[in-house]
Amino acid sequence: MASFLGFAEPEPTPQQVIAGLRATAEGGEDLVQLLSPEGERVTDSRFEPWVADVDVDRLRALYRDMVLVRRADREANALQRQGQLSIWVPLLGQEAAQIGAGRALMPQDMAFPSYREHGVAWCRGIDPTELLGIFRGTDHGSWDPHATRFHLYTIVIGNQCLNATGYAMGQRFDGRVGDGEGETGEATICFFGDGATSQGDVHEGFVWSAVYDAPVVFFCQNNQWAISEPLERQTRVPLYQRARGYGFLGVRVDGNDVLATLAVTRWALQECRTGNGPVLIEAFTYRMDAHTTSDDPSRYRLAEELELWKLKDPIERVRVNLVRTHGESQEFFDEVAAESDTLAARLRAHCLAMPKPKPERIFSEVYAQSSPLLDAQRDEYLAYHSSFEE
Amino acid sequence: MGASTITMAKALNNGLRAAMERDPKVLVMGEDVGKLGGVFRITDGLAKDFGEQRVLDTPLAESGIIGTAVGLAIRGYRPVCEIQFDGFVFPGYDQIVSQLAKLHYRSQGRVLMPVVVRIPFGGGIGAVEHHSESPEALFAHVPGLKVVACGNPVDAYWMIQQAIECDDPVIFFEPKRRYWEKAELDESDRTVVLPLFRARVLRSGSHATLAGYGPVIRTCLDAAAAASSSHGQSPIELEVIDLRTLSPLDLAPVYDSVRRTGRLVVVSEAPSEVSVAAEVAAKVQQHCFYSLEAPVLRVTGFDTPYPPSGCEQDYIPDLDRILEAVDRSLAW
Repeated sequence: MASFLGFAEPEPTPQQVIAGLRATAEGGEDLVQLLSPEGERVTDSRFEPWVADVDVDRLRALYRDMVLVRRADREANALQRQGQLSIWVPLLGQEAAQIGAGRALMPQDMAFPSYREHGVAWCRGIDPTELLGIFRGTDHGSWDPHATRFHLYTIVIGNQCLNATGYAMGQRFDGRVGDGEGETGEATICFFGDGATSQGDVHEGFVWSAVYDAPVVFFCQNNQWAISEPLERQTRVPLYQRARGYGFLGVRVDGNDVLATLAVTRWALQECRTGNGPVLIEAFTYRMDAHTTSDDPSRYRLAEELELWKLKDPIERVRVNLVRTHGESQEFFDEVAAESDTLAARLRAHCLAMPKPKPERIFSEVYAQSSPLLDAQRDEYLAYHSSFEE
Repeated sequence: MGASTITMAKALNNGLRAAMERDPKVLVMGEDVGKLGGVFRITDGLAKDFGEQRVLDTPLAESGIIGTAVGLAIRGYRPVCEIQFDGFVFPGYDQIVSQLAKLHYRSQGRVLMPVVVRIPFGGGIGAVEHHSESPEALFAHVPGLKVVACGNPVDAYWMIQQAIECDDPVIFFEPKRRYWEKAELDESDRTVVLPLFRARVLRSGSHATLAGYGPVIRTCLDAAAAASSSHGQSPIELEVIDLRTLSPLDLAPVYDSVRRTGRLVVVSEAPSEVSVAAEVAAKVQQHCFYSLEAPVLRVTGFDTPYPPSGCEQDYIPDLDRILEAVDRSLAW
């Protein structure tokens, strides 16, 4: 199991380096793409209709989403470097995958994240300040999963795939799925990475969701690296092809293309709402930063690989498209940049002002119906603690 | 409704049925729990009466059973999971420890986990490996879980319903070799109902105290009866306490008893090292230090994997081992 703290492996062998470059080079011929890295629209008759409503205003909104979450991510990363967070999990490079998937969700849908889904959290209306507590050690997740319809971050790799499947089974049992449900039907989306696909819980989630026709979209962000281990350490076949063995559809989408990700995820969610789930989406993307701030990618991958992926940057291609196709003015980009700086400043101020949790927090809400033994332990410790106060 | 003679298996079945009738959100899920009624028939007839959407014959994957139950609980259901045998729970242990036990705490009370995990436990049925284990300490040690064990049919009937009504996750241990033992149960008689997380004094005595849970409760009662009717010497009166709840422990009745008897023997089928019995012993010495006339003794299984079943009559604490320990305590 990959360590969350991310201690790095020793120097990679040349074979490992070559394998890494090969695995990460291209998405292959089945890759769904609507916006090329050069910012040009790509024709795809199957998925284009799913983003027919994305006019210039909506494209601007997607661009804004991605810039803001990237700016918040960079600020949080900097806060860790300055000792204000004990760790941060960067999303750099995965903005299109997360905004595309997040904006495909309808309010009634439920999302189960892993721990890097800051962009999806943004789409569910969770302010970036609410993510900080996990990484500053003040909470294990501060948002209300029911109100936001965004479950808490799951750190144990792959666990959430079964939890999401169970939730989706409940949606079906509640009669929220089926032919007539259309726009009002419900679906669940579950996020995990390429490393997680080796976990038993992910396989079991595929099996269970298939045999119970559960309306769950398995959204795998293949960012090519599970800490130091390249994709070839997890699989022989492209990940999206695994779905076939479980009896459902799998699609590989360009995870750096926000339009294609939006289209494919909307399609997949609608398949689920109408009773044709589950669906596997492999979003082919790249982790441009470290696994976490405790990781050092220079020990296991080449800098050239990152340079290659910078050419496929998810934000830049939308900017180019907006300028070339829609004649977007510099003023708009400057406004978004200024807004992102304001967000970063707010995030920083919030972080610095976060109060240290009180010792009572240790004992809080372990049980719904309190345990007399735990209550006694709490009272004893708090009495001891208060004996130091003047 | 009057009293009827009923097995523990049927009492559990009736308890599950009552809970399912009361609350449409209660689901039963596990391997072979539907048409077959479970390998011990505890869920017999439920699929027929409640349908396959409320009694789920699941794929054969214990992590899947617990992991999807967690998701169903988030959705508002109250799943009752059956783990077919004690030794098969471990693929699901990750979901139990990492998600089931922690989600209420992680969410600071926003997410309830009203999930019951039923586990037939203990030996004595001549089974092959992995079918006779007593892993309760591995669950009692996990904050966020509640752990109980029923010891007779009347408790089984009420405790399973109370566990299902509990908003916390409950690991529910059923003594499989006692499934077919009978008792009088009057389902309308609520005077016998104790809160779920309470120990129960089953027999009063003044010379020494026996405390146990699950399958050894019958053995403790038999030992107490034998001690009381000892021929040729003065009878020994043993107080017998069924702990019933292993997390949180309810030791107030044990403290009361030990303060009168001065002697305690803790009986359990599990290995003794770092066990529930060890926790009872530690707490009793802390709370009853000046009342104790002898050290707290333990009669347990041995610190080995469960042996081949040909040896289990020596492994499982029996009447003689319990009384030998009582003698040692009295002679201290």
